[in-house]
Amino acid sequence: MIGLQHYLIVSAALFALGLLGVLTRRNAVNVLMGLELILNSANLNLVAFTRYGSGNFGGQVFAVFVIVVAAAEVAVALALVLTMYRLRRTPNLDAAASLRG
Amino acid sequence: MTPETVTFYALALVTVGSAAVCVMARSLIYSAFSLLFTFVGVAGFYLLLGADFLAATQFLVYVGGILVLLLFGVMLTHKLYDLDLKSGFSQFGPGLVAAGAIFALLLAMAVKTPWKVAGGRLPAPTTAELGQQFLGTYLLPFEVASVLLLVALMGATLIVRRRKDA
Repeated sequence: MIGLQHYLIVSAALFALGLLGVLTRRNAVNVLMGLELILNSANLNLVAFTRYGSGNFGGQVFAVFVIVVAAAEVAVALALVLTMYRLRRTPNLDAAASLRG
Repeated sequence: MTPETVTFYALALVTVGSAAVCVMARSLIYSAFSLLFTFVGVAGFYLLLGADFLAATQFLVYVGGILVLLLFGVMLTHKLYDLDLKSGFSQFGPGLVAAGAIFALLLAMAVKTPWKVAGGRLPAPTTAELGQQFLGTYLLPFEVASVLLLVALMGATLIVRRRKDA
């Protein structure tokens, strides 16, 4: 019988993999992919709690908002990555360290 | 083994496996295409959880929108003549330790916590109720989300535009 905990474990695995991608990848587009994994894991949790919780529908509504924000985020982030590429001629995030104190 | 169990484990294998490939692959194109399978797997989980509208939205927005946008990002940030599109890692050891620690913490929390599991919602069509919630209880966040999308659209265009004076 599949219960809430199964979904939470899958979501934890997705979150950890996304975090690994965000922390270790050099390429900015790869980092964005890790971010999408993290957002998907959060969404999976919300929908699972809606299904197995007390019947409150708010989780699914919130998941739709998360998808909206993710779409907006990836558009702006790719614009920033393209601008950085135009200035530095590389998609690697190491090149964006000029503001470091 | 009920059909639900079989479906769950198959989806979990596809989703987590392709997410691992997405994070570990050295080629950006492999990463992007394994991300496709992760998104489809999550959409399958939504269907299994009875969220039909959300599964369709996941498919349309993530697979049809965000993934294509990411592929555009891959293509536009590489010179077209170097076709290997490799991308390396930095500080892989510490990152692996941090991600593993977070995973252990989340796993312990998911297993140990006595979740208040009620009967919950049985799978039923959700679109009508979602619409009523959006135009009722959540009207203000709904409008704010539309303004956010407009701002993101204009902001992305403005950021990426080539300035004549620069």
